[in-house]
Amino acid sequence: MSEDRKIRILVAKPGLDGHDRGAKVIASAFRDAGFEVIYTGLHQTPEMIVSAAVQEDVDVVAMSVLSGAHMTLFPRVKELLDEAGADHVLLTGGGIIPEEDMAALEAQGIGRLFGPGTTTTAAIDYVNEWFASRPSV
Amino acid sequence: MSTIERELLDRAELEEAVRDRDREISELKARLAEWEEVYDSVPKRDAVFSTVSGREVRPLYTELDRGGGADALGFPGSYPFTRGPYTSMYRTRLWTMRQFAGFATAEETNARYKYLLEHGQTGLSVAFDFPTLMGFDSDHARSLGEVGVCGVAISSLADMEQLFDGIPLDQVSVSMTINGPAIILFCFYVAAAEKQGVDPKVLRGTVQNDILKEYQAQHAWVFPPEPALRCIVDMFEWCSEHTPKYNPISISGYHIREAGATAAEELAFTLRNGFEYVERGIARGLDVDAFAPRLSFFFDIHNDFFEEIAKLRAARRIWARGMKERYGAKNPDSWRLRTHCQTAGVTLTAQQPENNIVRVAYQAMAAALGGTQSLHTNSMDETLSLPTEKAVRIALRSQQILAYESGVANTIDPLAGSYFVERLTDDLERDALDLFEEIDALGGVVPGIEQGWFQQRIAASAMRQQREVESGDRVVVGVNHFLEGSEKLEIETLRIDAAIEKRQVKKMAEMRAGRDDAAVQATLAALRDACATEENVVPRILDCARAYCTLYEIRAAMEEIFGAYKEPVFF
Amino acid sequence: MTDTAGPLPRHESLLARFREGKPIALARAISMVEDERPGFQEFLHTVMASGPAARRVGFTGPPGAGKSSLVAAAATAYRASQEHVGVVAVDPTSPYSGGALLGDRIRMNDLATDPGIFIRSMATRGSLGGLATTTKEVVDLMDAFGFDRVLVETVGVGQTELEITAAADSVVVVLVPESGDAIQAMKAGLMEIADIFVVNKADRPGAPRLVRELRQALHLRAGSAMKDIPAHHGVDLGQAMKRERTTDAPPPRAGGWEIPVLTTNALTNEGLDELLETIQRHRNWLEESGTLTERRRERAAVRIRDVVDRELRRVAWASEGSRELLEVGVDRISRGKGTPYSAAEQILSALLR
Repeated sequence: MSEDRKIRILVAKPGLDGHDRGAKVIASAFRDAGFEVIYTGLHQTPEMIVSAAVQEDVDVVAMSVLSGAHMTLFPRVKELLDEAGADHVLLTGGGIIPEEDMAALEAQGIGRLFGPGTTTTAAIDYVNEWFASRPSV
Repeated sequence: MSTIERELLDRAELEEAVRDRDREISELKARLAEWEEVYDSVPKRDAVFSTVSGREVRPLYTELDRGGGADALGFPGSYPFTRGPYTSMYRTRLWTMRQFAGFATAEETNARYKYLLEHGQTGLSVAFDFPTLMGFDSDHARSLGEVGVCGVAISSLADMEQLFDGIPLDQVSVSMTINGPAIILFCFYVAAAEKQGVDPKVLRGTVQNDILKEYQAQHAWVFPPEPALRCIVDMFEWCSEHTPKYNPISISGYHIREAGATAAEELAFTLRNGFEYVERGIARGLDVDAFAPRLSFFFDIHNDFFEEIAKLRAARRIWARGMKERYGAKNPDSWRLRTHCQTAGVTLTAQQPENNIVRVAYQAMAAALGGTQSLHTNSMDETLSLPTEKAVRIALRSQQILAYESGVANTIDPLAGSYFVERLTDDLERDALDLFEEIDALGGVVPGIEQGWFQQRIAASAMRQQREVESGDRVVVGVNHFLEGSEKLEIETLRIDAAIEKRQVKKMAEMRAGRDDAAVQATLAALRDACATEENVVPRILDCARAYCTLYEIRAAMEEIFGAYKEPVFF
Repeated sequence: MTDTAGPLPRHESLLARFREGKPIALARAISMVEDERPGFQEFLHTVMASGPAARRVGFTGPPGAGKSSLVAAAATAYRASQEHVGVVAVDPTSPYSGGALLGDRIRMNDLATDPGIFIRSMATRGSLGGLATTTKEVVDLMDAFGFDRVLVETVGVGQTELEITAAADSVVVVLVPESGDAIQAMKAGLMEIADIFVVNKADRPGAPRLVRELRQALHLRAGSAMKDIPAHHGVDLGQAMKRERTTDAPPPRAGGWEIPVLTTNALTNEGLDELLETIQRHRNWLEESGTLTERRRERAAVRIRDVVDRELRRVAWASEGSRELLEVGVDRISRGKGTPYSAAEQILSALLR
């Protein structure tokens, strides 16, 4: 971690899907890698996620979406983050997301997304690199 | 010859036989030691020789590993059913090839069902979308973006009627995968059958309705544990009288396994949940033999071929023993564990998806050798989205090739007597019994859930497996090894049209406009009253269904009395 | 720093938004304070100038006691009376990785979009007690931001629980039947800091026993166990025993606040009303008895010492001379010459010259 401060990351499960194995594994992995992880629990609406992200002043929001609703959920959270003045926050995540959709979302300003089979190391490296290279806030 | 002489002779023969046997065993041990010496002196592959559950596997198993005697094994169709729940198994009837399906609207799902029935599928399986699974109508605010995406949207009896339009419910068995609001969807189904003129007494099928594993693993709950268990027992009661051919519960290990549990944990948690339901039924005053025969099971079939076969065999034995010895069931049907299996979704890879066809084939074979009663095989493209028709067809063909070409269905429980398989079966049984003790020490299943014990164990097993894969200790072909060939492949993935949500919302508005509001209010009020007392809620929900109350309306009425569940979180 | 000194120029716009009551400004200010970024002390100084106003309640106790659920229930109740609530939830930093898994928000999901509640999760970041070193300052920020109530929830590992008294006016200690007996509570130093004891999960077996033991332990501490029994030849055992058995009567304590032992079931909200009333009663007593002023004085003293200690440490080691002398000292000791004491003396003389 550069800047020698703790990176704060919000791990969220939006929508009605309750399969949280991936979210919990990611949350534990980030904790083991030295991050401060705020885990929101299940059944989050975009509003709940952004409210938490703002209050916790996180650097990163990571959403786990397995239900196929990613094309609605990611843009909506990005929209709300921007509205709340938190446009410096990296919005990333993973789940069952086809590559074309990942590209489409990246074009909308959302960060890289990770499909099934991604290692936790890849996700952690990505966040660290992003943090190190982002413009100072 | 006098009796005494004869006795002495028998005794001498006996002693001789024992000496012979001892000699055999010593010889076996000696030869094993010789083999071990040679084995130890040669180089080994650099690999981890354990099952995916972390169970170490020895290089060789011999007769010395044989545990319990012939009565631990028994015969197929009789106690303790290790070799199979039925006497003639696949010689009489193959397992049911039941592919899980459901997406978007009731009409499209209806079309897919007709397609599958034409192509030889023998039972229908309904997958619901997330709003339905969680008890929300398609037009509820919380459903935004999720309608029809992971399964079919059913918000009222009208949708259920459309789902089975042209499909004779007295001839086709239907399995519905739903838990939290299961009792409501079950009533929609019964009411839809009624509309077809079908007597509930002939209905065949299953509703998953296993709420305990939801708190432990899948998290698709609605009400808190006690009211939820009450509803389940209400269903046991009602179904044993009105739908005697129907399975009101499918006690599931699949989700527990998929959430990260090991084979032993899947086995133990599932069976312990099952015993909990039995205890609740008995506590209600039901005769155990009146409802236990209709309890059915649902297990995962993961990668380790032999572990999965042993798991099913151990499951049958543990259940039989528990039902007979602990719960005093007298009817053999109560001792007999019948199960549906599904190949493990969590083992499918997005990289090199065609490899999944092979994984599923091996898993299916394990299911057949384990003696499953029905099987769903995953499609190769399911890591990316709902499966295409072609992928589903291949998955179904996998079962057909297995059943008709491979020969494994020719004889019953062919691996019985295998030193390894019998040893694994014994070990899994013992591990499960150890876990039962731990659960009892916590105070039982519901206290265990409240304390987060199950959730923590599952999360820990999940983390261990993740580490094994990431470190490369556990090879996943195409993901952490053998990566050539991982270029982008044109798998046509299925897209759910966003307009579907709009159509569903419109349909619901029309339905609401066309129904009798007074009947809606009256039936909901009666339901609330039933929830607050000990009256069986099923007839009341049926009334609501017939009045075209929506799923959410019914759920909300029940929740008013039962309260909502607050998730405790444990890592 | 004068009494009226302002923040660093770069923080002026943050201050303005903070004063406007913008949650994002509070969030950013908290991060600045938590990380001890340059200017954080000036910022705190500016916003704290008007003095504390919020009613601060601390919740502590062993892990698994259900503190989060109680805090959530309390926050919900305060919101129902239209109060604005700030919550600080502290969880331990992993000593191995330096990371932390902060999961207390989950219990408060119902409050997640309520604009009248602000929840912040903090990791202890190497601090030994149940709080992070900057938790008290974060509570000050929330107070200054304008919340009516600030609730602080700590890890409750027991070592330096005294930290919580420096952050809160009323301290609620939450125990559960599984968390061992009252003796453990005494050992953990919880007796010294508790204003209110709560036995949560009161439906569990073992709860009544724990309640009894706590009450007895509190009686003993107050030295009042035998107080009401008259001299031996006038003794009326029936009366005396009846008093002992009346476990509803709080034990007497010098100074007037009788530490009660309450029971709750956070899942059903049973006992919650009584807990909130008791917290209010404690508040009233604090104000009426002048103890609040006392506590605030103690708190101010602790804080001044903290800041001075922190600055001294920083100044001492910021000097290159100190660092060089440290190296010299270590070298000498490893060669068998000198001791840490002689080395320290060198450093101090150099600094104080």
